[in-house]
Amino acid sequence: MTASIATSQGILVVGGGISGMTAALEAAECGKQVILVEKTPSLGGRTAQLYRYFPKMCHPSCGMEINLKRIKGNPNLRVMTMTEVIAVSGTRGNYAVTLKVTPRYVTPDCTACGECGKVVASEVADPFNYGLSKVKAAYLPHAMAYPQRYVIDPLIVDTAEGEAAKAACKYGAVDLGMKEETIQINVGSVVWTTGWRPYDAAKIQPYGYDRYANVITSVEFERLCDPHGPTGGKILRPGDGKEARNIAFIQCAGSRDENHLPHCSRICCMASLKQTQYVREAYGDGENAGKSTIYYIDIRAIDRLEDFYRMVQQDPTVSFVKSKVARIAENKENGNPVLHGVDTEGYHRYATEHDLVVLAVGMEAEVTGVKLPEDIILDSSNFIEGSRDGGMFGAGAASSPLDVNRSVQSATAASLKAIQVIYKTASTEAA
Amino acid sequence: MSDLNTQAVARYKNNFLREVEERVEEGNMVKMCMQCGVCAGSCPFGPHWQHSPQKIFMMIRAGKREEVLSSDSMWMCTSCYNCIVRCPRKLPITHIMHGLANYAHRLNLAAKGQPTRDVARLFWNNLMKTGRINELTFSLGLYFKDGFIQGIKNSLAMQAAGLGLLKAKRLNPMEIFGGHKCKEKSGIHRMIAKAREIEDRRRGLA
Repeated sequence: MTASIATSQGILVVGGGISGMTAALEAAECGKQVILVEKTPSLGGRTAQLYRYFPKMCHPSCGMEINLKRIKGNPNLRVMTMTEVIAVSGTRGNYAVTLKVTPRYVTPDCTACGECGKVVASEVADPFNYGLSKVKAAYLPHAMAYPQRYVIDPLIVDTAEGEAAKAACKYGAVDLGMKEETIQINVGSVVWTTGWRPYDAAKIQPYGYDRYANVITSVEFERLCDPHGPTGGKILRPGDGKEARNIAFIQCAGSRDENHLPHCSRICCMASLKQTQYVREAYGDGENAGKSTIYYIDIRAIDRLEDFYRMVQQDPTVSFVKSKVARIAENKENGNPVLHGVDTEGYHRYATEHDLVVLAVGMEAEVTGVKLPEDIILDSSNFIEGSRDGGMFGAGAASSPLDVNRSVQSATAASLKAIQVIYKTASTEAA
Repeated sequence: MSDLNTQAVARYKNNFLREVEERVEEGNMVKMCMQCGVCAGSCPFGPHWQHSPQKIFMMIRAGKREEVLSSDSMWMCTSCYNCIVRCPRKLPITHIMHGLANYAHRLNLAAKGQPTRDVARLFWNNLMKTGRINELTFSLGLYFKDGFIQGIKNSLAMQAAGLGLLKAKRLNPMEIFGGHKCKEKSGIHRMIAKAREIEDRRRGLA
């Protein structure tokens, strides 16, 4: 199998989120040999961690299922999880790439039966729930994880618990002796779909994300609302586990701010508008209706999504305050965050209490575990513009703050460019 | 109306934003404000001003010249820099507030009887006499600025502090007779006059 892909006719896609899966599939379905590498144990990236998408409010599991079916059915595509790119050399049409594969301690014989998890007591912060809950140190990353294979955390590898997990496996799929591997491959083009990460909210000092338990980020709110999330889909605030009914959404938490991210992250307005509908879904709009308040500088419902904004404006459970919140304090008696600021429509000073504050954090380019080659050109916010030699491309949220829809478009475009590189360089060789 | 003011009105007609851009310290940054309101909400004196910085910037764009320059709002700034630190567009708000206050003072449009303005003027005039600040005459001037009776009251209220300073030799009563001076007072005056000339030329006030 390796022989057929280890040629410079192949395409490497780095990052297995929605953009990477799309780019890899488009190229593989055009008959190109593709390797898709992902640094975490499963595909799906941050998209799989969403509860629903805007604007159709559908669940990501649906799109994931279709993409996974395409991946499973395509012999041109090879997926490597827990793999990072550590070096790229060479040039357009002929890159030598060094990959590092981190041990998973579980072989492909795993059937995801879960027996190993039952005998392990140690727990680690669950990255799928942004650390809001814990997971056993032998775990399946999430229900739709691909590959459907357990992971053993290095924490228990050299312990009795690790041995117990090994003993519990009926299929002999636990291999505690697995070592880190370094692999060399040759490809003709590279598509970087390394994605984004939420801006570190603790850096926005006046909002007290690091001091107040009931100030959370928008990505954490997605997990709170998801039935597969840490609270089973109930909006329970982290401070005291009480149901949050009066929720504030603060826009531009980090974005459009010279002190943080100078760019507009584009998706956060739509994300908060969408999340007000989770609150509505949880509490209805009758007597016991929840209440959402969006604090904003201006609402940027990108592209054709202005209709969604209009729909939310009509919703009696949602109100809008045109103001960037200046600071958050905490009511010591009940743990409620108190928002201080001045609104722009009349310059009224307010100090408003809410049960829970959701910071619509900005998108920044993911750099953890990502070592970009020097040839890559970055924009002023570290998003990928392309490469000097024209053989590597950025796509999806690694190239610009994009929503799922536009990430898929961008990934398809990058895939086509990568295919062109292969054809052009191959014909040069032939000539 | 002062001559400078008449001149400014004739020159800028109704374009107050341009006037601020050209003549007020850091005034060219006013147009960068995106009206988010963080400065207004961050100001510790916020509830006590008539107009917040956010509102003043909007008033400048709206051409509310008289209201802005005669307002005492910008005189309330204590230079805590909270607004500058938090402003997402990095506007030097504190500097603009002081710039506006200074410009209003130059045009003689500034709020009458504004305590910050009175103290600043007292300080400046005291300093200009000898080239050094005379703490004794400056304090007395401050105590007596609202009349003789009020001056006696203020002095009595501060009696303990004054005696303490005397005892600690931090206050020389002989300073009342003019006090110590700079070596070359006229040199200081020439320097200040030149600095003002340069600044006025730059701001188009010459």
